[in-house]
Amino acid sequence: MTALRQETDDADIGDAVEVADPVPGAAAPHLPQQPDLVQLLTPEGERLEHPGYPLDVSDEELRGCYRDMALVRRWDVEATALQRQGELGIWASLLGQEAAQLGAGRALQDGDTAFPTYREHGVAWARGVDPLHVMSLFRGVDNGGWDPVERGFSLYTIVIGAQCLHATGYAMGVQRDGAESAVLAFLGDGATSQGEVNEAMVFAASFAAPVVFFCQNNQYAISVPLERQSRVPLYRRAAGFGFPGVRVDGNDVLAVLAVTRAALRAAREGQGPTFIEAFTYRMGAHTTSDDPTRYRLAGEVEEWKLRDPIARLEAYLSRSGLADAAFFDGVEAEADELAARIRSGTVDMPDPRPTAMFDAVYAEQTPPLAAQRAEFEAYQAGFEGVQA
Amino acid sequence: MSTAEVLDAPTTETLTIGKALNLGLRRAMEDDPKVVLMGEDIGRLGGVFRITDGLQKDFGEDRVVDTPLAEAGILGTAVGLAMRGYRPVCEIQFDGFVFPAANQIVTQVAKLHARSRGAVPLPVVVRIPFGGGIGAVEHHSESPEAYFAHTPGLKVVAVSNPVDAYWGIQQAIAAPDPVVFLEPKRRYWEKAPVDTTATPGPLFASRVVRAGDDVTVLAYGPMVKTALQAAEAAEAEGRSLEVVDLRTISPLDLEPVYDSVRRTGRCVVVHEAPVTLGLGAEIAARVTETCFHSLEAPVLRVGGYDVPYPPSRLEELYLPDLDRVLDAVDRAMGF
Repeated sequence: MTALRQETDDADIGDAVEVADPVPGAAAPHLPQQPDLVQLLTPEGERLEHPGYPLDVSDEELRGCYRDMALVRRWDVEATALQRQGELGIWASLLGQEAAQLGAGRALQDGDTAFPTYREHGVAWARGVDPLHVMSLFRGVDNGGWDPVERGFSLYTIVIGAQCLHATGYAMGVQRDGAESAVLAFLGDGATSQGEVNEAMVFAASFAAPVVFFCQNNQYAISVPLERQSRVPLYRRAAGFGFPGVRVDGNDVLAVLAVTRAALRAAREGQGPTFIEAFTYRMGAHTTSDDPTRYRLAGEVEEWKLRDPIARLEAYLSRSGLADAAFFDGVEAEADELAARIRSGTVDMPDPRPTAMFDAVYAEQTPPLAAQRAEFEAYQAGFEGVQA
Repeated sequence: MSTAEVLDAPTTETLTIGKALNLGLRRAMEDDPKVVLMGEDIGRLGGVFRITDGLQKDFGEDRVVDTPLAEAGILGTAVGLAMRGYRPVCEIQFDGFVFPAANQIVTQVAKLHARSRGAVPLPVVVRIPFGGGIGAVEHHSESPEAYFAHTPGLKVVAVSNPVDAYWGIQQAIAAPDPVVFLEPKRRYWEKAPVDTTATPGPLFASRVVRAGDDVTVLAYGPMVKTALQAAEAAEAEGRSLEVVDLRTISPLDLEPVYDSVRRTGRCVVVHEAPVTLGLGAEIAARVTETCFHSLEAPVLRVGGYDVPYPPSRLEELYLPDLDRVLDAVDRAMGF
């Protein structure tokens, strides 16, 4: 042991070890030397400092983080219930991923643009999207009711990973415009196996595009565990593409906020892409059609419950005196109101106009499609006055 | 040059299809600073067919982008650029290489305008040199038009001559919808006079390119020349063929076809792609539905066989040629 220690003290050997096992992101000024798991709030709610990520948030913002996470969780629970009652076709729950999504969503500035998967309800909330505009997608009324341009929040993307290329291309446009804004691409652990995601990272690196890849590693791609997607920690993939990668505690909203802010700032300043692996856990099923008891143990879920993202911020806010019982009661009342609004808004949501499917297929309608639409209308009109 | 000399300068020049495309792209880039060309080897090299020759030198690397070698990457980033207000023109180096990008084209490019109820603009052009006849190795001679024509949200055109190449590429770029722009690679070197000051006709319209009375022959892209050659040969035998260049594959513009078939009573569709579920099948159905009482014979199809595109020593037997078109004409006349 002694001999080994002496050897590693030798400068040459020390260098060789570092080259053999480089620390991804070590060369990036906005990233710390030891990026293994950035954490600013322990599962018990104790504040930590991290030399690479000094946290600059007001007390109001801290309470805001809590409020957002609590409201989004309430929305999620209500949506799951609505699906069970037949009011939604399906629901993709974000339970357990609130900190990852709100931390990332709140790191965005005006002028930034986010490209979500289909589970980013927390980011939608942070971008000011009305929950009912998300519910309409899962109810089958439309494909997402918000204006993606106005919100700086693209439509949900169902095809795994396809949005990473859109985000990169959008960032290439930002670059050409000379704008000081950044793009945030969301993906999951499963998506890292997709060719298109890898192509996105190649393009982003080659053109130093101002895009940040935000990967929520929730440990499962439906039923398939991370080990089948990657033999290395995901954040270390970034080194192969030539940009920094960092792993952050995805259940720690403060750490996610700090890390994502730093990466977006670097992108805006022309330092190119960053890959963020938010290490988290999907507490619920993949969607309401899934049965996670077939592929994971209850004990694992219990273990992750101890790292709950909302409970730890609540503990910190209470203990530090930043929020009192009245605050938490107020948020709970607000959550109940929100749930009631989402419930009634969903149940009362009218079906789309039948001809809506023909509306925006093209910017310039084609004569054959116009004719088909007219046929459809005439056919439907034939049922008018017919008793059901 | 004095002003008078400029005004008197000839505006008609003889161009190949390849050069017409090059000039059309150049003009589109001059007209709109948001036009960005993307593709493999299109910059410094000018493209493997030299269609983008000289453009990077004049417009810079931000507007003529040598991309990494990844077709899905090209189309996917084009979607993002379009969302940001750009008008990307993607070159797919060869028809057979469009399939890695098929996911982006079919699931994203084709659908985003509808999904967003019109909020997301997608003026993306996908240029594809298509078809066979150049003695190439496999995957360099495909005719993938039916896949894209079957996808709502896309528009698909095929040019057959330098005039349409020059104007068509500009019109496709200016169009607000995604356009798959098919270039007949074996005809890139065909020449014709192009008047660059003319007012072009609409892009999404078919056109009668030779009048006749006995049989209506429909073709697009590289097969238009074959159909015209067949019409020449038929004339020598006293048979009059009307040839229609379809030009637009999606949307189809069949009114001129119906008008023609109502007069001739006979219709033959020609394309290089395999006949089964090809464009000919759709056109035959529509012509039959619309012109049933005018038809003297069933609509006949001449196309590739239902086999993978063969090794090039056999391609002349696979591809429709003058004789196979005339054989179909004979069969149509025999009813």
